[in-house]
Amino acid sequence: MAAINVSLRRKVRQNLTAHGFLIGAVLCFGYFSWYPMVREIVMSFQRTRRGRTTWVGLDNLDHILQDPAFWQAWRNTLLFTVLALLFGFAVPFLVAILLNELRHARSYLRILVYLPVMMPPVASVLLFKYFYDPGHGLFNHLLAALHLPTSAWLNSPDTAMVSVVIAATWMNMGGATLIYLAALQGIPGELYEAAELDGAGLLRRIWYVTVPQTRLILSLLLLLQIVATMQVFVEPYLLTGGNGPQGSTLTVVHLIYQYAFNFNNYGSASALGLVMLLLLAGFSGLYVRLSRNAD
Amino acid sequence: MARTLISQTQLDRRSGKIAYWTVLTLVVAVFTLVFLGPLYWLVTGGLKSTAEVIQNPPTLFPEQLHPDTYATAWSKLRMGRLLFNTLYYAFGALAFQLVLDVAAAYALSKLRPVLGNLILGMMLATLMIPAAVLIVPQYLTVLDLPLLHLNLINTPWAIWLPTVANAFNIFLLKRFFDSIPEDLMAAAAMDGATPLRALWSIVLPMSRPILGVVSIFAVVNVWKDFLWPMLVQPDPANQPLNIGINSLSTGVPQNVIIAALAIASAPTVVVFLVFQRNIMAGLTSGSLKG
Repeated sequence: MAAINVSLRRKVRQNLTAHGFLIGAVLCFGYFSWYPMVREIVMSFQRTRRGRTTWVGLDNLDHILQDPAFWQAWRNTLLFTVLALLFGFAVPFLVAILLNELRHARSYLRILVYLPVMMPPVASVLLFKYFYDPGHGLFNHLLAALHLPTSAWLNSPDTAMVSVVIAATWMNMGGATLIYLAALQGIPGELYEAAELDGAGLLRRIWYVTVPQTRLILSLLLLLQIVATMQVFVEPYLLTGGNGPQGSTLTVVHLIYQYAFNFNNYGSASALGLVMLLLLAGFSGLYVRLSRNAD
Repeated sequence: MARTLISQTQLDRRSGKIAYWTVLTLVVAVFTLVFLGPLYWLVTGGLKSTAEVIQNPPTLFPEQLHPDTYATAWSKLRMGRLLFNTLYYAFGALAFQLVLDVAAAYALSKLRPVLGNLILGMMLATLMIPAAVLIVPQYLTVLDLPLLHLNLINTPWAIWLPTVANAFNIFLLKRFFDSIPEDLMAAAAMDGATPLRALWSIVLPMSRPILGVVSIFAVVNVWKDFLWPMLVQPDPANQPLNIGINSLSTGVPQNVIIAALAIASAPTVVVFLVFQRNIMAGLTSGSLKG
């Protein structure tokens, strides 16, 4: 009897210690992740006016769906995502393949590619803002020197988003490149050997060996990049003030920001956030599942 | 060197050698231009006069050196204050993450409390929530902390505490702690070591690499964050670099802002150059298996 009592007491004490170690992190998660999550859902069905909160059902959803900015923001965000994937997905992969073939200056090149990732975004973004200046900016000067047509860059609704994507790619491509590079280094050389013996040229070797061998990491990063690029805010906010010419760079997260902090409409901001959450949670779930299989 | 896409025999041929060295030269030149060029422009732009920096065509070298632009930027944009704030936020966040996330991961990995797996699951579930989506309810929480009714706006807590809720850190740390043999822990317990003592004397010394990775990313994340500090630090005296430079930059000559940007970039770029090995290793081992 006494022995059971002692082991029970020890168990309780052990658990108390363990929970003591956990409590700080749990409180932070509670305050800054779990509770806000619940609050987001609740707020999306509520409206707050002059300090009074009322339940309004799906009115907030109705309101955002009728807002022309909603559709424009989604169009812009999808355009950004597609362009950012074209550049931000393909460019790092090709760069990684290229770097993997080089036997010299490897660490120098890797450091170069990752350098922009370490810069504060305000520095990279303002840097590009000066380069984009249609009057005395470096880009138009270079284009003119090469006898190519110059561009209005951020000042025209047709080119504003592309300009934002170019800057964002420069800022962020380092991470993906290094991860691809690590993946490429894990490919067994015999596979290339065998493909070569079968008469596969350079492009065929990339297509039939490199791509299948890195498929899992490619798909993981693709999902991760979709989730990240759909949440773009800083680049358009700093480059064009967020809206851009004729609303051409207004993104969904910026619209959430505007609803909440410019119009004090927390209900609509939450409803829009929830729409985005539902859309992106699918991608995130897929990522978590895939990466578990990768282990 | 393991074989890659192109075989050694192919490279050893005369044509292969010529092609290789041409490609290498091109890649080194283009990469230096694309990634180092803008930084060069930043550093030299801060040395130019106001007129020269907006002159067309742009000059490659400053005609006359104006190092005093850096001094002007330092005082006019209050760079000392902004740098101090950023450091304060970054290292405070680092301290909180190291203490609280390590403790949580240790508890989940080695002490295994009741409901531990449920708590871990709920933490990992937050990885599926896109961060930008929660910005509004998080802001309202910081404005009036539930139960305690504290307003954290304009205090460093608003930046420090949310960084602790980082499921990725806890996951990385827990996986590393899992790999520390149970025998070792049992032996320590036999010797009468308390859980805290075991953490301090056995787990932490063995976990240096992962602690390094977590630390670097903790600091860099705060250094690079924008939207959150913009919301929770409205007082210019408390703002970090990213926000401060942007809000103070209107009406300031371009060469002065460029000098300020060069100053703002220097710390993380230098840290990167010093710790690049650890950062690259952490990046490829850590973020791959999220």
